Amino acid sequence: MIPRKEHRILIQGITGKQGTFWTEKMVSYGATVTGGVNPRKAGTMHLGVPVHATAKEAQGTFDIACMFIPPMMAKTAGIDACEAGAKLLVCLTEHIPSHDVMEMHAAARANGTRIVGPNTAGIVVPGETFVGILPAFNDRVFRKGKIGVISRSGSLGTLISLNLVQNGMGQSVVYGVGGDPMIGTTTRDALQMLDADEGTEAIAICGEIGGSAEEDAAEYARGMSKPVVAFIAGRASPPGKKMGHAGAIVSGGSGDYPSKRKALEAAGVRVADVPSQIPEMLRG
Amino acid sequence: MNFEEFAAKPLLAAGGIAVPPSQVVVSAEEAGVAAETIGPCVVKAQVPTGKRGKAGGIKLAATPDEARTHADTILGMKIGGYTVEKLLVEGQVPIARELYAAVLNDPVTCGPVVLFSPLGGMDVEEAAEQDPNAMRRMPVDIREGLDAGKAAGLLSGLNLDGQHDAIAEVLVKLYDVYRANDAELLEINPLVLTGDGGVLALDCKFTLCDSAVPRREELSAQGTPDKATDLEAEAAEAGLKYIELGGSVGVLANGAGLTMTTMDAITHYGGQPSNFLEIGGEAYTKSEIALKILLKNPNIKSLLVNFCGAFARTDVMAGGVVEAWKALNPDIPVVFTIHGTGEDEAVALVKSELGIEPFDLMDDAVKAAVEAAR
Repeated sequence: MIPRKEHRILIQGITGKQGTFWTEKMVSYGATVTGGVNPRKAGTMHLGVPVHATAKEAQGTFDIACMFIPPMMAKTAGIDACEAGAKLLVCLTEHIPSHDVMEMHAAARANGTRIVGPNTAGIVVPGETFVGILPAFNDRVFRKGKIGVISRSGSLGTLISLNLVQNGMGQSVVYGVGGDPMIGTTTRDALQMLDADEGTEAIAICGEIGGSAEEDAAEYARGMSKPVVAFIAGRASPPGKKMGHAGAIVSGGSGDYPSKRKALEAAGVRVADVPSQIPEMLRG
Repeated sequence: MNFEEFAAKPLLAAGGIAVPPSQVVVSAEEAGVAAETIGPCVVKAQVPTGKRGKAGGIKLAATPDEARTHADTILGMKIGGYTVEKLLVEGQVPIARELYAAVLNDPVTCGPVVLFSPLGGMDVEEAAEQDPNAMRRMPVDIREGLDAGKAAGLLSGLNLDGQHDAIAEVLVKLYDVYRANDAELLEINPLVLTGDGGVLALDCKFTLCDSAVPRREELSAQGTPDKATDLEAEAAEAGLKYIELGGSVGVLANGAGLTMTTMDAITHYGGQPSNFLEIGGEAYTKSEIALKILLKNPNIKSLLVNFCGAFARTDVMAGGVVEAWKALNPDIPVVFTIHGTGEDEAVALVKSELGIEPFDLMDDAVKAAVEAAR
């Protein structure tokens, strides 16, 4: 699911410092925020929208839930959002214990919710809406265009988006899928969505070492008619070390750079050595 | 966080899975004393790596004298880069069959998965690669858990010397131990049938989910900390992920993806990164301490600061860098490239406080940093 302007957003943790900062950014960008959650401030108003005790209390008033919730409290909030009928749950939180993450995914499956993340920076649809913690409002980085960007990393997705704009291009959608090992929307899922999206003419995948997200996406890319290019971070990273993201680790030879590059290239995806090559590849 | 055998097995025992009697010792003398109580035993090197048997780190001892001799040989041995400082002296068990059982997080189903193989022992991974049927796997719905019926289903049709029920019971307990301890991986290899109805765990590997450490303080104290250099340990203490890489171009960036990319670009343009150090996410307010740690590395010849702020506000990060730079006044060149959240303030700050003009393009900044390090 690609967020649209008409989608109503519920911000869990709206009254916190980050919740407040980013909600203001989303609203001024044009996103439709209809409410927030904080059990201790239920019944009050914050940033012009009602604060609820739980997402369930707000059931029916939102389509997308976005979590600004600390890791140890994330499970409860995530399950609450799923059970309250969120179509999309954008889980920004990093360092959620993996068993809690699995419980959230189970709740999502049971309730028909699509989780994006955990550990995603969110989704930007330039000129329309954004949900998360990406600087959508910075027009040197995000501009409306035809390129779909998929990234496991918020900072790298931002860099690739910047590279596009520096070269006169723009983005249809920037989809952050998250840096955790167990994420609800994979690179392949996002690729499939952007393949079906009319506003997207070509796609840039920002991958990284660890896991099999790029290999799985390559399988799908093989049958696509839209051009797909990629950059994979971590070529210079040593094996056996977690490179910041819990999912970015090469162990026992699996998830390493050469196998990802090989899988993508075999599927007809051009792979850039540095992000700045992406725009020229999209032109060519 | 990984747990060695001596720290992992007590979790199995607490969960009702049978393990042989054992004692942890640190000297040949202690090994002998332990063997007197335990009887015929196995002397096992305790190191956080596999293939201990093949390396000569596991030996059978019939008598206390033999246990002493083996302990003397194994202590101080190097296995997989680790020096053996600790041994487990464990009672010998009759082995009729060796099996394999594990529960782990599965990134494909985003839930737990139970693995079982009738071919346990040292080469189970290789055996499973050659014959995929040798490894059975069953995803578990985390809300329902694993019961004896489901566990039996995983074992059905296998020749297990009539011990299906007892093994199914072990699988259920294994799953419960996995759940009760925030495990990423809990593995028994081998799980042995003794031939007289006994089912015992002879070895155990346990990986605690790193993100669960804050709520498992007591448990995590039993784990093996990652090997770290002094600076890596200092950074970890400050809540930062820092990895020394041996090159000469220092890297300070926000976010794991951008930091790895910065390292890749340095390599692409002919340089060598000295480190991975990211201050993204919640760590974005720690740029000052991060830079101080980074500059302690004597190999650094230039510093590349690459910020592409999303959640991590570049104005806050640049403020920390400027503070640290002015305080330490290091004698190396520094180049900046700054974009994203707060970039106007950040760029203005770097210009006014340090008199440095950040590069617009990351590639130009990387090339300059690589050149400066030559």
